[in-house]
Amino acid sequence: MEIFADLLQYLISGLTNGAIYALIALGFGIIYNTTTIINFAQGEMVMLGALAAISIYSLTPSLPLAFLGAVVLVTLVGLVFERLALRPVKDPSPITLIIITVGGAVFIKGVAMLLWGKEAFNLPPFSSNAPIHLGPATILPQNLWVLGITAVSVAALEAFFRLTLVGKAMRACAYNTRAARLVGIAAGRMVQLSFGVSAALGAAAGILIAPLTLGVYDMGTMLGLKGFSAAIIGGLGSLSGGVLGGLVLGVAEALATGFISSGYRDAVAFLLLLLVLFLRPQGLVGGRK
Amino acid sequence: MRLSRFLNRWVLYALAVLGLALFLRDEYSFTLLNFIGIHALLVVGLNLLLGYAGQISLGHAAFFGLGAYTSGILTATYGVNPWLAMAAGLGVSGGAAFLIGIPALKLRGYYLAMATLGFGIIVYIFLNEAHDLTGGPSGLSGIPSLSLAGFPLNTPHRLYLLIWIILGLILALSANLVNSRTGRAIRALHDSEAGAESLGVDTFRMKLKIFVWSALYASLAGSLYAHSLNFIAPGSFGFMFSIKLVTMVVLGGMASIWGSLLGAGVLTVLPEMLTVFHDFEVVIFGAILMVVMIFLPRGLVRGILDLYEFRRYKKKGGHIPV
Repeated sequence: MEIFADLLQYLISGLTNGAIYALIALGFGIIYNTTTIINFAQGEMVMLGALAAISIYSLTPSLPLAFLGAVVLVTLVGLVFERLALRPVKDPSPITLIIITVGGAVFIKGVAMLLWGKEAFNLPPFSSNAPIHLGPATILPQNLWVLGITAVSVAALEAFFRLTLVGKAMRACAYNTRAARLVGIAAGRMVQLSFGVSAALGAAAGILIAPLTLGVYDMGTMLGLKGFSAAIIGGLGSLSGGVLGGLVLGVAEALATGFISSGYRDAVAFLLLLLVLFLRPQGLVGGRK
Repeated sequence: MRLSRFLNRWVLYALAVLGLALFLRDEYSFTLLNFIGIHALLVVGLNLLLGYAGQISLGHAAFFGLGAYTSGILTATYGVNPWLAMAAGLGVSGGAAFLIGIPALKLRGYYLAMATLGFGIIVYIFLNEAHDLTGGPSGLSGIPSLSLAGFPLNTPHRLYLLIWIILGLILALSANLVNSRTGRAIRALHDSEAGAESLGVDTFRMKLKIFVWSALYASLAGSLYAHSLNFIAPGSFGFMFSIKLVTMVVLGGMASIWGSLLGAGVLTVLPEMLTVFHDFEVVIFGAILMVVMIFLPRGLVRGILDLYEFRRYKKKGGHIPV
């Protein structure tokens, strides 16, 4: 059963990448929900997370410290970005916001290139590098880390939005900002918070994937676009949709790489995106209009 | 009064183009001017779409690439006449824009941005991967120069007049388009699609028309680019180039035909003039996009003029109109 083994292997790598896309997609969704902004700089937070963790790890070789430090740092970047680039905008039409966040993405990428240079850096895996045999296929411990941390993050987010007062306030802003203001919710704070949370999620995604793919200054663009594709495929603004979209995208890509050609791997993601946009713009799960 | 002002601009344009042709001597200046002209073609087209119709394309480099590669492949590999190849390029780009535009232009704002971006990336990947056809990442060489009635346009100096005459015609065409019935319709749909529709504007058709139109400009620019460099590689047609084009539109001023020329000029010359610019290029483009959009959403020239007028008005003790 050669083909079965291959299939299983593709599935494992697809689900791992898919989990990363899902984390990024959730970041897009959270900001979209509170502000209806698509933050094109989301992918750069992923890159910053990976590179910051690598730099901190080279100073103090402790992975938990690197993870935490990088997440905190990137969260700050997210907050500063919201404060400096988006809050001063007087005419918040989609076109203006698209151009500003694209500009922000390009700017952050350029700064990262100046800080870290163009070479790729390595982050050691979170635990041993010995592959675990799973029937005919193998799985790396890092793959399990990715899947596990993503699952925990999603559960934590779900709990945050359902159970805490702040989470409920953010959801209220998503449904109707003006009504939320009327009942005394500080909408501006919620917007800020959403940028912080999604920057943190992006950073986590970057740190998780760094041991598998290395960290480079230009990794964010593609990951960001794929995370966005995942968000659209699942249904923009829906938590479960983002996760589903991420996994579907990851698996589709892995299958295309395995059975067609690795060169067209990225094209698959965007073909899927275009198909969903054209045939079912509300996404698979069909989020709120 | 208006007619004379209108005429003067075009006369000035013609004089400037001719003057430069006579007084400049070195090849380098003409190479640079040719690049400015080609970029300006692209930027005017994108500005029609982005500035006038309010529809964003983050994949405009794809149409530029389709034009360049159609010209390149047909002439270098199949020996087709360059002018015919150029026409074929227009067909390919226009056709692609038509096909992609029908579903994409039903989407608004972010979705349209994403759809065009996705299309741009797919074309870029195709140019890289279809080795047999495009030569892959190492590019396509041996593209012949254009020639006009037996006279080869094989130096930057000779090509210069052709590019800038075409640009002049395109500028005139665009200025005309903008002030026509179609132009008024697309500006109406920029402000409010529902409003435009209630006045009987077929907004979808208008958007599609302007989208195809801007793709045609891009294709034309692509063909000229291929024949002036005699070599093309996918690197020139990637995501970053699409972003550069948007930056040129934004800097020159949205919905400004002449601003497009300015935006293209400034952002083509600056990277050449300042070697520092090279390392900081990406940072600078990003900063321009953010700063101009936040503080001078009407572009550099009009933004600064606005600020000046505003100051003067305030000094006189006038109230600020809302």
